[in-house]
Amino acid sequence: MRALITAVYLFLYAPIALVVLFSFNSGRSASEFVGFSTQWYAKALSNTFLMDALQNSLVIAFTSAVLAAVFGTMAALGMERLGGRMRAVFDGLFAAAIVVPGVVIGIATLVALVQVFGFLNPLLAAAWPGEQPPKLSLGFGSIIAAHGLFSMALVTMIVKARIASLGRDIVEASNDLYATPLTTFREIVLPQIMPSILAGFLLAFTFSFDDFIIAFFVAGSNTTLPIYVFASIRRGVTPEINAIATMVLVASLCMILIARFLMREKKTNN
Amino acid sequence: MTSASTNDIEFRSVTKNYGAVTAVTDINLTVPKGAFLALLGPSGCGKTTCLRMIGGFEQPSEGTVLIDGREMNGIPAYRRPVNMVFQHYALFPHFDVEQNVAYGLKQMRPKLPSAEISRRVAEALEMVRLGGFAKRRIHEMSGGQQQRVALARAIVNRPSVLLLDEPLAALDKKLRSAMQIELQTLQRELGITFVLVTHDQEEALSMADVVCVMSAGRIRQLGSPQEVYDRPADLFVADFVGKTNRIDATLEAGGITLRLRNGSAIPAANRAVASGDAIVAIRPEAIRLTRAATADLASFQGTVTHRIFLGSSAEYAVSVPGLGDFLVTADRRGLADSELVEPGEAVFLGFDPKAAHIFPASSAA
Repeated sequence: MRALITAVYLFLYAPIALVVLFSFNSGRSASEFVGFSTQWYAKALSNTFLMDALQNSLVIAFTSAVLAAVFGTMAALGMERLGGRMRAVFDGLFAAAIVVPGVVIGIATLVALVQVFGFLNPLLAAAWPGEQPPKLSLGFGSIIAAHGLFSMALVTMIVKARIASLGRDIVEASNDLYATPLTTFREIVLPQIMPSILAGFLLAFTFSFDDFIIAFFVAGSNTTLPIYVFASIRRGVTPEINAIATMVLVASLCMILIARFLMREKKTNN
Repeated sequence: MTSASTNDIEFRSVTKNYGAVTAVTDINLTVPKGAFLALLGPSGCGKTTCLRMIGGFEQPSEGTVLIDGREMNGIPAYRRPVNMVFQHYALFPHFDVEQNVAYGLKQMRPKLPSAEISRRVAEALEMVRLGGFAKRRIHEMSGGQQQRVALARAIVNRPSVLLLDEPLAALDKKLRSAMQIELQTLQRELGITFVLVTHDQEEALSMADVVCVMSAGRIRQLGSPQEVYDRPADLFVADFVGKTNRIDATLEAGGITLRLRNGSAIPAANRAVASGDAIVAIRPEAIRLTRAATADLASFQGTVTHRIFLGSSAEYAVSVPGLGDFLVTADRRGLADSELVEPGEAVFLGFDPKAAHIFPASSAA
């Protein structure tokens, strides 16, 4: 039994450990460790293509996570007021959105966007007074939209759980103490659900930052960090890729740890 | 405070439905200013629904609720001059004690000067004996202390009416009786109307000066604690408020005589029914338990089957042939030799027929 468990964890983590190890290799080889060096990190950080891709990824991750946090929270608050069957339907829809495979979301979003652009662009051209009408196309916007939509479901699930554990009592108590619904939201509900919104934001950010599949379908000519990594691997695995992977790994782990910390159940002495 | 009415709360033909379920039906109720009203009944009787309609958390389906003479239909909770102490306190966990208590005052428009807010908060905390606790976090307080914070948070606003939803249910027995006295004292000091919801008849009888007994969405009896206990309006009230012995009987001779199932006849007093099958309700403490025969008009012989020793008194279960089991509460002084009667002993039970209440047999639940 113990041997089996050891084997499972070895399979899980040994490849990752190797990636981290070889990112510090002073040689060029991805199979032979020659000596310790941080030169590949320096090389990665001075690679302008890579840095552009990283910047794109950060902007996309941040924007889509903000959108997901705002709309996801609104959805969670709205669903709280739904009763009975409607609620079950929406719960199911949100849960389904999370389990749909990335490939399906990628293709579906691509098809939908192309259709919408095909419909809107002629209208836009006809209505535009100037010479050069703007043309909607795949790119930043479509990645942000696709990521935002997907991670909105994540945020909704997390925030909804927190709202449910909050109970109606303190909302009613606030109403009873002359607070208008808006004040109640600002003073009582928001501070209570803020950690879960932040946790949702961080998970959404991490998801977007790490996502390759959906971005690959809808990116158009834009490059995100995972897309860049994928493209450069086709030219061979270098320790530079290992260095990038290690940095992404550490950043993602930090985000998820912070999110977990924010989502922990607060101890109450009731 | 200007008052448009001498009544703080009035229910006019109030009915509340939740879909197909009716929570309360045609409630008419008037609570005079400064009263301490207890809404008493088993769970699901509609007492909490009534309280929530006063608080503004529910709106009546039919009829009107008035507070201080003003119709409250459609007015949300945050615009009503009432405050509530919630069953589970509903304190704001991210605020300290002081911030919790100040919350209502901070919402008042026009704004109160902050000096007045802190003065009134300190005053309210002093009143519930939490003077040194202003900066404490809520989760650092015991259940009893949280209860006091909830109380302070409500009374600091000087509402016309204070609503209490089973406020003592979560406290242990000793704390509960201490809080009962405190609540009563507080109500007299503040002079504001208290409406208490409880399923605990002892709590209702000991604290309130008006008790409203409810069952199945209707008011069964409204009166002082003594009235409700001594002159129950129906069998439900007799059963729910205090303990009651039920004896099956038939009214004879135009309602003058009660014929019991063991053949004996006793004079009928306190009738709520003219003739036919009836149920006689008699309190356990109204029955005398003696070793020798009594001169009471109603007297039976029986055998003690169980004894529950309660310290200053004892409860006996006595089996009487032909009439069934009786519950008798005997003060220890009531026994001639001041000794407890043992299970298995033959005893005599006697009561004054005037202490018995006669209800139609059809009202038995």
